[in-house]
Parts: sequence; C-alpha cells; structure tokens
Amino acid sequence: MTAPAADPLKGYTGLARRKLGEWGVKVWSDVRLVNDRGSVFEGVILPRSGNYDDLHLVIKLKNGYNVGLHVDRVVSVTEVGYKEAIYKIPEKAFPSRPDLPSVTLLGTGGTIASRLDYRTGAVIPAFTPGELYGAVPELADICNLTTKKIFGIFSENMAMEQYITLAKAIGEEIANGAQGIVIGHGTDTMGHTAAILSFMVQDSPVPIVLVGSQRSSDRPSSDAALNLIHSIRTAAYGDIAEVMICMFGPTSDRYALLHRGTRCRKMHSSYRSTFRTVGAIPLAMVSRDSFNYLTTDYAKRDPARRVRVDPVYNDRTTILYYYPGMHPDLVDALVEKGYKGIVIAGTGLGHVNKPLYPALQRAVAAGVHIVMTVQTLWGYVQMYVYDTGRDLLDLGVVPLENMLPETALMKLSWVLGHTDDHAEVMRMMRTPISHDITPREPHNGYLIMQGGLPETEAFIQQHWK
Amino acid sequence: MTDGTLDYAAVGFICGLEVHQQLLTAHKMFCRCPAGRYTETHDGTVFRHMRPTLSELGEYDGTALMEFKTRKNIVYLLNKENVCTYEMDDTPPFLVNQQAVDIAIEQCVMLGCDIVDEVHIARKQYLDGSIPTGFQRTAIVGVNGTIPFRGRALSVTQVSVEEDSCREVRDEGHLIIWRTDRLGMPLIETVTGPELRTPEEVEEAILLIGRVCRSTGHVRVGLGASRQDVNVSVRGGRRVEIKGVPKASWAPRLVHGEAVRQVNLLALRDELHRRGFADAASIAIEHADVTDLFAASELATLRRDAWERWVSEEDRRPGFELGAGPFCVRAVRLPRLAGTLAWPSQPEHTFAHELAGRVRVIAGLDQPPILFHSEKWPDHRGALAELRHVRARLHCAAEDAVVVVWGPTEDTLTAADEIRLRYVDATQGIPNETRQPFVDGSTDFERILPGPDRMYPDTDSPPSRVTRERVERLSTGLPERPWDREARYAAVRVPRGTIHFLIRRGGARLVDRVVAEAGADLRRACFFFGERVKGLRRNGVAVQAVPPERWVELFRLAGERPILWENWGRLVRRMAAAPDTPVAEIVAAEGLGVAPKAWKASVPAQWEAAAAVAADGDRERVARLLIGRLLEDLRGKVAVADVAAAVDREMQAKGDGR
Ligand SMILES: [Zn+2]
Repeated sequence: MTAPAADPLKGYTGLARRKLGEWGVKVWSDVRLVNDRGSVFEGVILPRSGNYDDLHLVIKLKNGYNVGLHVDRVVSVTEVGYKEAIYKIPEKAFPSRPDLPSVTLLGTGGTIASRLDYRTGAVIPAFTPGELYGAVPELADICNLTTKKIFGIFSENMAMEQYITLAKAIGEEIANGAQGIVIGHGTDTMGHTAAILSFMVQDSPVPIVLVGSQRSSDRPSSDAALNLIHSIRTAAYGDIAEVMICMFGPTSDRYALLHRGTRCRKMHSSYRSTFRTVGAIPLAMVSRDSFNYLTTDYAKRDPARRVRVDPVYNDRTTILYYYPGMHPDLVDALVEKGYKGIVIAGTGLGHVNKPLYPALQRAVAAGVHIVMTVQTLWGYVQMYVYDTGRDLLDLGVVPLENMLPETALMKLSWVLGHTDDHAEVMRMMRTPISHDITPREPHNGYLIMQGGLPETEAFIQQHWK
Repeated sequence: MTDGTLDYAAVGFICGLEVHQQLLTAHKMFCRCPAGRYTETHDGTVFRHMRPTLSELGEYDGTALMEFKTRKNIVYLLNKENVCTYEMDDTPPFLVNQQAVDIAIEQCVMLGCDIVDEVHIARKQYLDGSIPTGFQRTAIVGVNGTIPFRGRALSVTQVSVEEDSCREVRDEGHLIIWRTDRLGMPLIETVTGPELRTPEEVEEAILLIGRVCRSTGHVRVGLGASRQDVNVSVRGGRRVEIKGVPKASWAPRLVHGEAVRQVNLLALRDELHRRGFADAASIAIEHADVTDLFAASELATLRRDAWERWVSEEDRRPGFELGAGPFCVRAVRLPRLAGTLAWPSQPEHTFAHELAGRVRVIAGLDQPPILFHSEKWPDHRGALAELRHVRARLHCAAEDAVVVVWGPTEDTLTAADEIRLRYVDATQGIPNETRQPFVDGSTDFERILPGPDRMYPDTDSPPSRVTRERVERLSTGLPERPWDREARYAAVRVPRGTIHFLIRRGGARLVDRVVAEAGADLRRACFFFGERVKGLRRNGVAVQAVPPERWVELFRLAGERPILWENWGRLVRRMAAAPDTPVAEIVAAEGLGVAPKAWKASVPAQWEAAAAVAADGDRERVARLLIGRLLEDLRGKVAVADVAAAVDREMQAKGDGR
C-alpha cells in the first residue's frame, strides 16, 4: 500500500542486512545468486517481513515462486538489473450515462476492490471510479459513480472521531444530490459503524449501505466484486432509505442480504455469510437483477425527506461483559477512570452476581449511567422475573429490552453527547430510533439451525450453503 | 504434413515432466481434515464463480481472461467426513503440515536436490474452479537435482510441495461440478528439465521418478495417487502441456500425437502465411444468425425443436448449464480459408477439431458434434442444399470456408469470436495450451497455458525454516536410491520387472531387512517377496498384515531349517492369519521343520489305499498319487526328495522292478 520503501533493504536486519550491504544489492535488485551447492537462483530480491529472522533473503524466481536462502550459504551474487515494484493501479475512465442514478462511494480504508502486486502479494486498493471500473466493469451499467476517500484506516481503528466525519460526509453527499450512499468498510467493526450511523444520520431520503468483503479482492474467489455490485445496486435502486449492511446471504455466490444497521452482527470470523440479523429478519435479498423485500416495515426512499445529521458523542463508555465471579472492583475502577456510561452484557435475562451490587450502586451514585443488555444476543432483558433482576432495577440499572450490546454501546455514546441528565439519558436510550429496540420478536427472528439434526441435514443437502 | 511416423530428432522433439505424487500424511496440508478419505456422496453444496485478479500491469493474465470469458458456474460437493470450512474457502489456512514438508524434503534428497533454506508458500491461480480459493498453495522445497537415466543425468529442475485440487464430477456447458474430498491433500510436484528425446523415454522417466518417490514408503499408492503433466514441443513450436496423464503407459502415444500435431500446425502456419494471413488483423471473419435456414433441417441438431428436446432431456438450466439468449444457429464465414478446416492436426484429427475444442470450453457449447463445417458437411440429400443456402446468405466465394455453431445466442457469439482467435493463433504456429488426454492417445483443448504472472506470495502463511540439521535428520534412514538398489539386485540376476515391483511396492525394504537381520540370501529374498508373496496377495491373502519382524523371524528359522521353504505357502498363510503370533510358534503348532515319527512306516499301508484308487494298477500312477497324498501332510516336515525316495522303494518292493 505504501510507496517504494525509503529503506533500500526494507525488512532486512542483522546478518542478512549486513550481507546484502557487502554484496552491494538491495530490495528489487534483479540478481543471479549461487549457493554453496552450486545451485543458481535468478530473480528479484523482495522486501522481507519485519518479524521474520535475520538469516535469510527472499528472492522471487523467474517462474513466480519465492524461496528463502540462508545468507551464509550464498557464495556469489551478481546484480543484473533492478525491478522496482510500481504500486499503482491503472485507471480507465468510468463511463457517464445520464440515464443512470448517481451514487457516492465513501471510503474508510477497507479494500473492496484492489489490484495485486504479484511479487510481494501486497494489495493495492482500487478506489477511484476509474480504478473500480478497471476491476469491476459491471458497475458502469448500474450507476454514475462518485468516490470520496474519507480516511484510510483498518476497521478496528474506526472510532468516534471517524464516525462523526463519516456522518457529516453522508449529509453532504445527500445534500449534493446523491441518490444513494455506499460506504466501503472493513467487516470487523462494520456492525458498530452501522449502529452509530443509524443514530447520527436520521431520516435519510436515500439508502445508506455499508459493504466490505470477507475474502480480499486479490483472490479469484473473493466476495468483494459481488458485494460491491449488490451494494451499489441497492444504493441506486433499492427502496429502503435506512442505514444497512449489504453482505453475502449464503456463502455461495447467490444473493446479498440487507441487514438493518442496529440489528446486525458479525457472527463468524471468516465466513462470507458472516453477518446476521439478530432478533428480527433481514430487510431484503439483493441479487444482480432483483430485489426481494422480506418486510414492508422500513423507511421508504423519499427524495423530499430532509436528512438530520446529529454527529455528537462521548466515548467515556464501555461494555462490561459479565462472567461468573466478576470482582466488583472492576466497576469501581471504571468509575474512578471517569467512565460515564456502562453497558452490561448480562447473563440470561440480564443478571450479574450480588457482590457487584454495591459497586453498581456506587457507580450510579457517582452519576454513571448503567444499562442492561443480554449476552445471549437473542431475546429480551426481563428483570422482573427474578429477585436479582428487581434488585438491579432498584439500584438504577436500566433494561434495554432487546437492544444488541454493541448497538447499546454506540447509542449510549451518542446519547451522552447530548445530555448527562440521567432521566433524559434513559428516556433516549429506551426510545427506539431505528428498530434498535423492537416491540416484538417474531418466531423466525431466532433461528440457529443445529447441524446434525435430520431436518437440518435434509435442508442443507438441498440448498446451496 | 504428417500423420504417422516421425523422426523425433529431426523435428526437434523435446519433452519434460511434472510428476505429481500424493504424500502419505494423516492430515491435509493446511487444515486438520483426514487425508486420503474419499467419498462418493455429499451432504452440502456451494455455488461460486471465479473472477480474475488484475496483474501488475493492470492486465488480466491470458488464462485468467479466458476462464472469465467462459463464465463458469461452479458447484462444490461437500462431505463432512473429509472437508471443513477451509476447503470451501470460508476459513483461512492453518499452519502448513510439517509432516508434509518433511516428506517433501525426503523426496528432494532422494531426487538429489538442493533443499532451500526457507520454504515460502505461494498462490498459483487456477480459475477453472478446481480449487475454491481460486489458487493452489504451493512452495518450492528443492532445486537443482539430477537422477541417472539411460547412462546420462536427467535434471530435476525443482520439487514443490502443494495442495491437491478437487475431482471433477461433471462439466456441462457453463456448469462444472467438483468433489472436494481430494482437495487439500499434500502432494509433491517434481519438474524435470526438457531433456526427454523420444516417447519411450517419457514413459521410462515417469516410471523412474515414480520408483524414487515410492521407495521411501512415505507416499500414497493406488489410483490417482500419482499423475503427470507432460510438456511437449517441437522445433519452432511452443510448450504444450498434456495435463493429468494417469498412467505412464499412456504417455508414448500422447506425446507422439502432440509432436505430430505441432508439426502439422506449423505447416498450417506456413500455408496461412503463404495465403497472406500473418497476424490478427489479417483474419477477418464474418458471421450471421441463420437459425431460419435450418428451421426444417435434415440436420436435426440444428432445428429449434430438437434443441429444446435436448435441453430438456439433458436437464440444461438457464443460468447454470446454459448461457444467455434464445436458440441460435450461427454461421461463420472464413474468407479465403478453404482447405484449412480439413488440415491434419493430431493423428486422425483435423484443424476443425482445434476450433471445436475452443468452442466447447470457452463458449460452453458442448452438444456433439459441437460444430459443422464446409469441409466435412453431412452428405444427406438435403443437407448439402442447406450448406449452399448458408454460403449464399454469407456471400461465400469458392475459396471461403464455413463453420456453423448453435446454442444460446450469447454463446454462439463467443464461439464465433473464439474461432477467429484460434485462426489468429494459427498464424503464429502453436498456442501455449493445456490439453486433456484421452485413453485413445488423443488430446483436446483444456485451457490456455498460464504464465508466471499467476503466481504470488501467500500472505496467509509464514515461511517454514529448513535447517541443515533438519535435512540431515531426514536424510538418515532414507532408503537406498532406486538405481543403486537396482544395480545391487541385478548383480544377483534378479529380473528388472521384479526389481521395479519391489521398489515400487515397498518390498525392497523387506528384502534388505531380512538380508541384514536374518542373513537371508539376497536373490532368494527378492524372489520370495517379488514373486511368491506378491502371488499370495493377488490371491487375497492378507500378507500386508504381517509386520516386518515376522518376516525376519521367518527367514531366520528357514535359515536354520531350509526345509521350511518347501511349505512356505502354508506358513505365510498362517502368518497372515495370525500376524501377532511369533513364527516359531506357528512352525511348532503346524509341526513344520520336523519329520513325524514313523512316517516311513505308514507308507506300505498308504500304498494299498492309493492303489485302490488307481484301479488300472499302473504303479507309476500309484506312486505319483501317493507322493501327492503324503506331501499334503509332510511338506515342510520331510524333504520332498526323501518322500519320493520312500515311495520309490515301496514301488520297487511291490513289483518286479523296472
Ligand atoms: Zn479441512
């Protein structure tokens, strides 16, 4: 991703670095190298990953393979040329068609489309419309595309500051007439971003679609191109003007699902179909040529609606993932460090153990806002069933029904950006904005098919996974 | 032009091998699934496509582009027994199986290679769907090896360790179905220099490398455990890869056919140049939709109703097997190319077959005969009239040729362009391609041969260090090289076929062990394992259950009491039935090696019994019968010669003598 290294011996340290210096060759030198068994290696010296040892040099052979050679076994090196990698992706002008809607793609750093550097394996992101057109030419048949790089960071480095920038950028693009917004995003924290954007950008007239990929686009089997096609179609033609995540439905190349930003979670570390709507059903299925809306309960596209961008936050908030035997001093420490909001992911219907109560009471007394969600992810907090729950309510811990823990954290940060008044905080937290709390859970909102059961096996035998 | 014999030296025939050999590991190479567990059923299915990745210059690799044009719908069949989420490309690789790397290092040592110091995993792109990631993980382990071959040295350019691909179940139109059980099993690829000079040498070299690999006992044997790609070219031609030759014995005919093909195609190139076709610009074809001309054709294949029937019978589905658009018959006019369609290519084939291969693979039009053409038009009464109509429609002159293809409209357009591109390639001689072998010795187009641009580092896997200590450790305990062993066995007059069998099937290790540990005679041991035990195994005796120690015991006992050899068959059957029992116990239980008391005394009575059966009283017959009967019990206890002598004495006693 970076420009050619300023260090001509990039990644080489210690012995290997000294030897390369003695031989007068550097990274990208095209060399003919002979070792102590008389074997000849011809190719280009590659940069070495910084965390490998200092005994070997890596050479890309003419047939495309890389090998590592111990520098002590090298008896002669002849430089025959120099072939520096050019980390640049070619552009082809993205065709403009007046009959197609205009869509803006906002980049946050995840690479959806890319080109590969065959020597280093480095992925060079394709981002400008021209670059994207080169990589996924189908896009030109869908829309007129504008792209804006907001920042270039990994998704795990996304934080409140970036959310605000992103929310403002969305507002500007809508004001500029975009008929749909797509946000390229790493998948790890895509759910968090979708949740907070659901609060920061309300009443959007157009679809706001987050998209990424689980297999990077330097792989022939990547889901990236299809995700991009699905998401841009959704932004251009979809009827749902909400913040959504658009990713593979099954792991097969079949269709994408549109998940509501507040009700969606990454559920597998590597599957393509990692995102799942929790406690409800997805909004729609999207394929290359059709939309299949699974519900009518959504905000429709409406060019007349005025978007409200409300980008505030307070990030002195955290999630306390309860476990048996948790010590109360953990809560005290959070208060002491100035945390203003705590989302508890409690067990079962929303419980923690008794020894925590005094600490929670102290926290509430100190003005910390504490809310309860469930670590089961599916189901509602119900604190009236058991004494323990009622005790927690008495302490001032406020239940958030079926709000997902991560959504609750994002919302609490956003709410605390508005007010510190406990009653107002809790009123806002308990008032749904974008289905962050739903009044009822349909019985198909909880489906985790258990493998091995005859009926499940019969199902997966007949359907593309 | 040639169709039969070939002077290989004169045409500049060269050939090199890529021999693939599966390694005997418990698990696959990048996940913890069991290796070598094959299944014929599935319990899950995944549907995917492949998309080429842009190369360094922002261009797509030639193969990549071709594979993308074919727009293959790919289906993977999964079975929980033998695949996990790694194989279906939903989990990143686990660390490389070091047992596989160790075995690969052993193989490299056997092949005389220099072992690299750090093994780096690369990705080699394959877009045909044979690997769900779209690339094969592969790494060079050894380079710069040589093996003795026909009195010279055959060079081993490199040996790599890599994961095996899927098994093809079905390939119809735009749909290809793969079974994933084999996917991810470790194998090594041994690449030789292009130094083989005749088809016979090719077969011999395949067998030799197979013997080297198998002599360690750490590789898999059996159907599909080894396959080879054979690279062939002639002077002025280009490297063509005949992929996945399953048996060495197929090779001579295949490489001969390819050499003939290249010589013929070079002659076609010269002919095209003579006619003024020298580059892409000079090949200007025209084509038109002529569906209406065949609405009531005598060539049933070209009628819409017949097409629809075929589609329904074959269960060809739009969006899966079938490309886009309504049924279309497309005629392609090839200006001034008359005579080229019937131009010979490989034996028994013409250039039209080259076109058909491209149309089948790239356009996905695979209904036989794939195309009709003006130089072999069916000569039904009305069919020739239809050809005249087509020619008229396309304004063909006498020196023009015509090809007709049919199927979904989009695919016929792709087909027309592929026909043009194949002629463009023909102006340059031989296209670099991969060809699929058939048992009759012919080949067909499989794909464009990819270039080095399809290789790139696997950023998911760290390199594995190979210290010299590791190489040393793996080298000790390796068997003798096959050629050294062959020389040693040949010196005691063991036939070559027997030697090769012993090396291939691991018997040689037993031979050397019984010689070393039981002082066995080398020649006897070779015949014992290479002929006798092999015969028993073919008859279903579970000799493979007998552990090596038991064989050593057998040879030790038989060394003391050679008479045991006279009943080796019975003994080995007992050993196979009770592999845990010491051989001495079996010998004792069977009473072998010791003459029963008073066996001689029973001979006169037994003579009478035998004589009663041989009613004609011929004493010679009675004697033969009696010897047989006695040996049923006495074989391995009393020497056959002694039994015969005792019977002979009885015969003398019964009669007047001879
Ligand atoms: Zn597996």
